[in-house]
Amino acid sequence: MAECGRVDSNTSSHTMDKSITLPPDEIFRNMENAKRFAIDIGGSLTKLAYYSTVQHKVAKVRSFDHSTKEAAGDKLYEIAVQEEVTARLHFIKFENAYIETCLDFIKDHLVNTETKVIKATGGGAHKFKELIERKLGLKVDKEDEMTCLIKGCNFVLKNIPHEAFVYAKHADSEFRFQTTNPDIFPYLLVNIGSGVSIVKVESEDKFERIGGSSIGGGTFWGLGALLTKTKRFDELLQLASKGQHSSVDMLVKDIYGGSYACLGLTGDLIASSFGKSATADKEFSDEDMAKSLLHMISNDIGQLACLYAKLHNLSRVYFGGFFIRGHPVTMHTITYSINFFTKGEVQALFLRHEGYLGAIGAFLKGAEEDNPNQYSWGENYAGSSGLMSVSPDMNPMQRARSGTFDMLEMDRLDRQLVNLPLLQDPSSYIPDTVDLTEDAQAREYWLSCFEEALDGVVKRAVASQPDIPEAAERAEKFRQKYLHKLQTLRHQPFAYGSLTVRSLLDTREHCLNEFNFPDPYSKIKERENDIALKYYEKAVKSLEELSWEDRQFALVRGVLAGNVFDWGAKAVSEVLESNPEFGFEEAKRRLEDRPWLVDSFDQWLERLKGPPHRCALFFVDNSGVDIILGVMPFVRELLSRGTEVVLASNSGPALNDVTNSELQILTERIAAMDPVIDSALREDRLTLVQNGSSSPCLDLSRLDKVLAMLVRERQTDLVIIEGMGRAIHTNYYAMLSCESLKMAVIKNSWLADRLGGKLFSVVFKYEVPAGAGKPH
Amino acid sequence: LKIEDTQPETHAFPWFGMDIGGTLVKLVYFEPVDITAEEEQEEVENLKSIRRYLTSNVAYGKTGVRDVHLELRNLTMCGRTGNLHFIRFPTQAMPRFIQMGRDKNFSSLHTTLCATGGGAYKFENDFRTMADLELLKLDELDCLIRGLLYIDRVGFNGHPECYYFQNPSDPNSCVKKPCNLDNHFPMLLVNIGSGVSILAVYSENNYKRVTGTSLGGGTFLGLCCLLTGCETFEEALEMASKGDSTNVDKLVKDIYGGDYERFGLQGSAVASSFGHMMCKEKRDSISKEDLARATLITITNNIGSIARMCAVNEKIERVVFVGNFLRINTVSTKLLAYAMDFWSKGQLRALFLEHEGYFGAVGALMELLKTSEDL
Repeated sequence: MAECGRVDSNTSSHTMDKSITLPPDEIFRNMENAKRFAIDIGGSLTKLAYYSTVQHKVAKVRSFDHSTKEAAGDKLYEIAVQEEVTARLHFIKFENAYIETCLDFIKDHLVNTETKVIKATGGGAHKFKELIERKLGLKVDKEDEMTCLIKGCNFVLKNIPHEAFVYAKHADSEFRFQTTNPDIFPYLLVNIGSGVSIVKVESEDKFERIGGSSIGGGTFWGLGALLTKTKRFDELLQLASKGQHSSVDMLVKDIYGGSYACLGLTGDLIASSFGKSATADKEFSDEDMAKSLLHMISNDIGQLACLYAKLHNLSRVYFGGFFIRGHPVTMHTITYSINFFTKGEVQALFLRHEGYLGAIGAFLKGAEEDNPNQYSWGENYAGSSGLMSVSPDMNPMQRARSGTFDMLEMDRLDRQLVNLPLLQDPSSYIPDTVDLTEDAQAREYWLSCFEEALDGVVKRAVASQPDIPEAAERAEKFRQKYLHKLQTLRHQPFAYGSLTVRSLLDTREHCLNEFNFPDPYSKIKERENDIALKYYEKAVKSLEELSWEDRQFALVRGVLAGNVFDWGAKAVSEVLESNPEFGFEEAKRRLEDRPWLVDSFDQWLERLKGPPHRCALFFVDNSGVDIILGVMPFVRELLSRGTEVVLASNSGPALNDVTNSELQILTERIAAMDPVIDSALREDRLTLVQNGSSSPCLDLSRLDKVLAMLVRERQTDLVIIEGMGRAIHTNYYAMLSCESLKMAVIKNSWLADRLGGKLFSVVFKYEVPAGAGKPH
Repeated sequence: LKIEDTQPETHAFPWFGMDIGGTLVKLVYFEPVDITAEEEQEEVENLKSIRRYLTSNVAYGKTGVRDVHLELRNLTMCGRTGNLHFIRFPTQAMPRFIQMGRDKNFSSLHTTLCATGGGAYKFENDFRTMADLELLKLDELDCLIRGLLYIDRVGFNGHPECYYFQNPSDPNSCVKKPCNLDNHFPMLLVNIGSGVSILAVYSENNYKRVTGTSLGGGTFLGLCCLLTGCETFEEALEMASKGDSTNVDKLVKDIYGGDYERFGLQGSAVASSFGHMMCKEKRDSISKEDLARATLITITNNIGSIARMCAVNEKIERVVFVGNFLRINTVSTKLLAYAMDFWSKGQLRALFLEHEGYFGAVGALMELLKTSEDL
C-alpha cells in the first residue's frame, strides 16, 4: 500500500477536521483491491464497508511425482510458499468529521475502476451524497435503513461467535457472551436511534416493524440539552452516570412512606418520573435531571420491548442504535428495565458489532451477486479492533477517543461451516473449557504464558523463511501486533467475545498470517514426518507381536506418547529444541503411570471386547510421531476390527498440527508400506477429511459441511478427540450423542496443577451418552 | 353491592372519603340534606361548622378547590339523601390539613376517617400524633374500582357518567358523546395520576394490576415546570393549548421527507419526541408553549401506546381512562381516543369518566358506610 501523508487541507470550505494523518498500514487496508463499497452515515459516526481480496502467502505441500522421486532424494514432499487470494470484508468506523479526509484517501488509493456505485444508508447519507459522488466519482445508491440493519444483524449473528452478550454491570465480567445458536430466528430487534423501532425478524428476508416509540435517544438528547447546560449526547450520558434520580423522581416511598407491599412495589421504585420537580420548590442539579431522564427513557423502552416480546412470544431481544452503542450506562439501565418488567424471563442482549449493522447490511445488498450469504465468514482477530471498554469507571476518557478508527475485518472461509451432527445439544454446546473472561487467575496465567512464548514463536517464524531477508522485520511487526493484542486483552478481556485459550491461539495464528508467516512449522513438520515414517513398520510389527489385550494398551500409550511431541506446548518445545533425539520411547517413559489423572481405560477395553463400531471420527492433532506412530497404528487396529475411520485434520496450518494436505501424502506413504491401510484407503473404509479450521483447538459447532455430511452418511458412532488443544482447552465437557474418547497428555504444568495432576498427566476419557445403555 | 341494606343509624356524620395521592388529595364529602329538626338539635357545633365551611365555600385556603360542577345532588346513600361534594388540594398541603383537623377537634366526632392512596400510609402517623386521628387505611386499587362502579351506576345527576369521542380520527368532526358503561367487564382501567397504573378488571372483586409507568401526570407537570417555569397544572395546560409540538418533535416526514411507506408510518407521526431539540438552532427558535405542548403530547402518546399494548396482550377491547391528569385536558383525552382507534384499526375503544380522579375517594367513603358498625 502506498504511503499516505498529511492530507491537503486547503481545497474545500467544509468545516471538517482534515488535520489527521491516516496510518495507511492500519486503516483502509487492501484498498488497491477494494470493490463494492457501502457507507452508513449516522448522526456522528460514519461506517464504511468494502470487499477486497488479500494476497496471502500460503504453504502448500505437494507430493513429488514418482518419476522425480528418486531425484528428490529423501525429501518427503515439496513445500512451496504460494500466493493465494482470499476474500475479506473490511468495515471501518470513524467520526463524521473525518469523512472528507477519508474520501480523499480512498480516491487516491482506489485502483479498481469497475466500481461504479456505492451503497449508502443511514440518516446522514443524504447530507453527504453530493460530497461522496464528487470525491469518489461513484453513484450513491440509497438503501432502506431498516432493511440494512436487519441484514447486518442476521449476518453477524450467523457468522461471529460470541456476537451477542448480556450486560451485567456488577458482575465479575461485565459482558457475558452468548453461545452461538445456529438457529437465530425469530428474534426482536429494538433499535434505539432518535426514536425507537421494534422489529420482529422471522427469517433472512422476512421482518416486520411491529411497533415503536417516539421516546428514544433523541428524546434523551433533546430534553437533556433543554434541561441542562450539557449539549452533547456522550456528555449527557456522563452527566447522568454521576446523578441521583431520587431527588427529581417521585418514588413509591415518597407517596407511601415505604413500599406498596401488597402489590410488591418496592419503595425505591419510580412512581412518577420528574414527579418532584412539579412540587418541590428548588433547583435540581444537571446530573440529577440527566439521571432521571435516562431512567425514564430506558424504563419506557424496556417496558415497550417487553410488551411486544410477550405479545409475539419472543424471548431473544437485541438492542441497538446510537442510544445503546457500547454505552455501559444505557446497557445497564435497559438491562435493569427488562429484568424488572419480565422478572428475568427475557434477557436484554447486545451486540459486539452493533455499530456496523447498517454498513454490513448495505454492503450485502450491493454484493448480492457474490452470494456472500452462501459462505461462512470468520472474524479476523488481527485486523479487528474488538469491543472497546467504555466503562466510565475503567477508562473515563475512552469515549472521547477522537480521531481513532475502529475496524472489523472478516475473512471468507473456504468452507461452509456447520455443527457436528453428533452434538447432544447444539444450542448449549460451549467449545471452551475455561472462560478466561470470568476466571481472572487463569486469564493472568495464560496471558503471561503467551507473552513469554512470543520470543520462541518469533524465532521460529524467522527460521521458517531463511532465504527471505525481510523476514526478521516482518517477524518483529508480528511481535508488536500480537503483544499489543495481549495488552488489549489484559485490559479488555471481552474485546473479542469470551477470552479463551483458543481465542489466544487463534489470534496468534491470525497475526502470523497477517505478516505472511503462513506456516512457521512447515519444515519442522516435514522433518518430523520423515523421521517418524521410517519407524512406522517397526512400530507396527512390535505391536502385532503383543497379545490382544496388551496391544490395546500399547496402542493407547502410543497415541498418548505421540501426543507428547508437540512444539506448540512451551514445556515440550523447550525439551525438543534442546534435545532433538528425544524419542518416542523416551516419551512413553515420561507418561504418567496408571491410574491416570482421568482414566477410563478399563471401560474402553471392556467396550473393545464387544462388537466393533460402525464408524469412528478421529480428530487428529500433531504431525510427525503423533500422527504416524501414535494415531495410525490405532486407526489400523480400528480398521482391522471392521470399523470405518474418518480422519479429520486441519484445513490450514496451525502450529505443528498436521494439515489435511500433509496427511494425504503421509497416508499414501504409509499405504505403500502397509497393506491394511492401503486396502482401507482403496475400499473407502479410511477417509481423510478437513475440519474446516486452522486452529490448534476445535469448535464442534463450526466444522466443514462435507465432514458433517460424511459423519451422517457413515452413521458414525464413535468420536475420538486427541490432544490438549482439542480435548482439554476445548471439548473437555462436550456432550456427544454417541460414544466418545478424549485423549490428551497435559504438557503444561500450570494446567496440570489446576486439574490436580502433574506435568505429563494423562487424560483418557471414554464416555457413553446417558441413556444409550452399554452397547453389546 | 349492598350498602343501601345496612342500617343507616349506625353511620355517624360526617361522611368523608379521602384519597391521598402523590400530588393531589381528593376528598369527597357527603352533605346530608334530609337532616331532621331533632338531628339538627343534637348536631354538635364543630360538625355543623365543618358542613358549613365545606358547602359554603368553593375554595379552601390557597390551594383547596371544590369542583362544584362535579357535585352529585340528591344522592341517596345508606338511606340518607344528600349532596356529594368533590374537593381537592395538593398533597403538599397535607400538614396544614392535619393541623386543621386538630384545630376543629375532629377527633371528638364519632366517625372514622377512611383514607386510601399512598398518603394514607405516609401520613398515618402524623394524623395520629398531631390530630389524634386514627385512619382506616384502604387499598387504592380496591377503592378505585369500587368508587368507579358506584358513580357509573348512580349516574351524573341524571346524565351518564361515561363518555367517548365519536370520529376520533377526524379533528373536525370529533365530538364528545355520553354513553353508558354497560357490560363493564372486562375492562382495562388506566389510572393516570402522578404515575400510571393499568388494571385488567374482570369483576368488582376480580382484577389485576397489569403494569404501570412512571411517565404520568407528575412527569408532564414536572417537566413543564422545568422547561417553561410554569407552576400549576392549569398553567401548563393553558400553555400547551397554545403551542405547536411539531417545532419540538421530529416527525417521520422530517426524516424521510414524507411517509415511511416500507413500514406504513405516516409522515405526520412523531418519530422522535423532542428530537428537534438535539439541534441548537431549533432550541433557540421554539416557545415555551411549544415545549408544553410537546411534553403533553409525548406523555399522552406514551400512555396510549402502553395501554394499547396491554389491551392487546390481555385481550380486552374496552379501555377506560381515569385520573386527574385528564382533568380539563381535552388535548389528552382526544389524543388517547385517537391513538386507541387508529393503532388498533378500530378494535379498541377509549372511554372516559366525568369524575376522572375522584373514584378512589368515593371508594373510600363507601368503605366507611360498610364498616362503621364497629364504632
